[in-house]
Amino acid sequence: MSPFLAHIPLVILLIPLSAAAILVLLPGYRLSAALNMLATGTTLLAASSLVFGAGQIAPGQLLVDQLNISFIILNSLVGFTTSIFSATYIGHELATGRLTPAYLRFYHAMYQLLMFAMNLALLANNIGLMWVAVELATLTTVVMVGIYRTHEALEAAWKYFILGSVGIALALFGTILVYMAAQPVLGEGADAMVWTSLIRHVADFDPALLNVAFVFLLLGYGTKVGLAPLHAWLPDAHAEGPTPISAVLSGLLLNVALYVVLRFKLLLAANPAAIAAGPLMVSMGLSSLVFAAFMLYRRRDIKRLFAYSSIEHMGIITFAFGIGGPLANFAGLLHMVMHSLTKSAIFFAVGHIAQIKGTQKLAEITGLTESHPWLGWGLVLGVVAIAGLPPLGIFMSEFLVVSSTFARQPLLALPLVLGLLVALGALLLRLGEVAFGKPTGSMAPAEASYLPMYAHLSLVLVGGLFLPAPLVAWFQHVAGLLG
Amino acid sequence: MPHGLAFDIAHLLAGGLVLMSFLLLYQVRLYAMLNIFALHALVLALSVAWQALVQGAPHLYITALIALVFKAITIPVALHRIIQRLGIHREIETVVGIGPTMLVGMGLVALAMVVMLPVTANADALAREDLAFALSVVLLGLLVMVTRRNAVSQVVGFMSLENGLVLAATGAKGMPLVVEISVAFSILIAFIVIGIFLFRIRERFDTVDLQALDRFRGERR
Repeated sequence: MSPFLAHIPLVILLIPLSAAAILVLLPGYRLSAALNMLATGTTLLAASSLVFGAGQIAPGQLLVDQLNISFIILNSLVGFTTSIFSATYIGHELATGRLTPAYLRFYHAMYQLLMFAMNLALLANNIGLMWVAVELATLTTVVMVGIYRTHEALEAAWKYFILGSVGIALALFGTILVYMAAQPVLGEGADAMVWTSLIRHVADFDPALLNVAFVFLLLGYGTKVGLAPLHAWLPDAHAEGPTPISAVLSGLLLNVALYVVLRFKLLLAANPAAIAAGPLMVSMGLSSLVFAAFMLYRRRDIKRLFAYSSIEHMGIITFAFGIGGPLANFAGLLHMVMHSLTKSAIFFAVGHIAQIKGTQKLAEITGLTESHPWLGWGLVLGVVAIAGLPPLGIFMSEFLVVSSTFARQPLLALPLVLGLLVALGALLLRLGEVAFGKPTGSMAPAEASYLPMYAHLSLVLVGGLFLPAPLVAWFQHVAGLLG
Repeated sequence: MPHGLAFDIAHLLAGGLVLMSFLLLYQVRLYAMLNIFALHALVLALSVAWQALVQGAPHLYITALIALVFKAITIPVALHRIIQRLGIHREIETVVGIGPTMLVGMGLVALAMVVMLPVTANADALAREDLAFALSVVLLGLLVMVTRRNAVSQVVGFMSLENGLVLAATGAKGMPLVVEISVAFSILIAFIVIGIFLFRIRERFDTVDLQALDRFRGERR
């Protein structure tokens, strides 16, 4: 490990943090949007350089291994593209007066703070620090969801805050229990909260305490993942906040929470006497998938529709990791990457569409391919991808999830396939009117940045056609680590 | 009995916290609820201070001090002011009646005991009882949040829940980051209570009562 690479984790944390500090003071929308892009761009570069380090490094309270590198790179990539989208989106919001310049400063600072918090949660080697980071990430998004200060936005933020704090509380209780389990073996003090020392000694921990701890952690962080029955905050938060935040929530924050669950799953797996974490995750994932799939039919709001689709896909990913084994874990990782890219691309499109049409109601948004071909076809492509149709990437990962389930738990594959088909039907049904109906509403030309959206979609397309061998090898390795 | 006076006092204080949570559960007036919450925080402060003494962990005194100054005094006073300034209804709408709520509360405490006592059989007695009590306080706090429709009482419910977490964290001997976590929580609460939500809702002249949705009367609109 070169000494240079050992500092990279710190750099990944310091860039967003210092950018947040500058952005809160910086007046002027163009400058701050540019700085926002610059900061996320450099974070992406720094994160990508982590690939060149092999094995595990643990500088200070941080930890870098192959599991979290994949998450960090995905996080920085989507963070970067969203900041490009955000620049045009926010410019429009400023022009229409939905956001004032003072709130805009606040918005950019919060965006960077959110990036910092997510990266900290991914890099933390201390389960207490991890908890603090997830809490910080939740808090910043609560504020962002309420930033429009309409009654609906405040109510959504409030709901998110209440459910989020319940999640936070349960997760902290679980964390305390893990400490209690570790303390007799590792002694009092900081060492009993450090993940790398926990995983080394977890076989000697009291399994009963670990089991209870995991239930609390799964419920607590599961709230953040948006798993049913603790998902109620998610659709409102997506619908009422600024669209870049919906993209970051769906594409990133849910993954970060899932990552934390996976870390604890690894702990449990290393203790032979503890319960298997898999079945719990499978049942939560499956119920989220089936529930969200049926709920998709009753949506009237375009952002809510895709928020429910996020619940569905997080359910699939949690399900895949719950099934476990090299193939299902591989499928889960791939699906997570594909979902993040596709869903944020869809939100990029939806954000511009809602701005042009001045509404989020599905009934008032029709015939997009005719009125706004670039946005309309982008949305079509995104929805085809998210529904799991070939040849795009999600088809591939869903196929892998289904086939690995057939191989290991054939009975579970039935509800899984049912959920996938129901969701597919709902999405295509809605897509028909929105994309190919009779054009209504404003026909104003779009001032949109298509680059982030089409960049994501082409990555998803490439992912569906062929995966580069190094990437496959990397994922296979991580899937092996996940057990 | 192997336990001495130290155990008895810790037990008494932790039990007192559960009792305070029950008192919170049947308040129907906001001011009364705030007063009980101040008492809740006071008991927590005593309990944490006692743990600091027994465990010989001076840093826990900071947590106790935060509980005393911030949660028992500053926050209740601030909330009193906010209620006056915003003209929030002083009566709390509950989702279900007091009787069923109390019964559910008792059920939750029983659940906490059933879950925690067997799994902590190997831990030392002090931590063990503390943890069971703490889980009860957490669950009762959740119950307060679920059964109230008024934003201020939901915040009070959240704070009582958080007191339970602090109790759990201080009971776990030698746990790092306890002080940091209690500071983080205090910042979170200060942030939420005084700042963002109430100010913004004030700005819009909407009620803080989420269910009733009746408009704020008086001043301009």
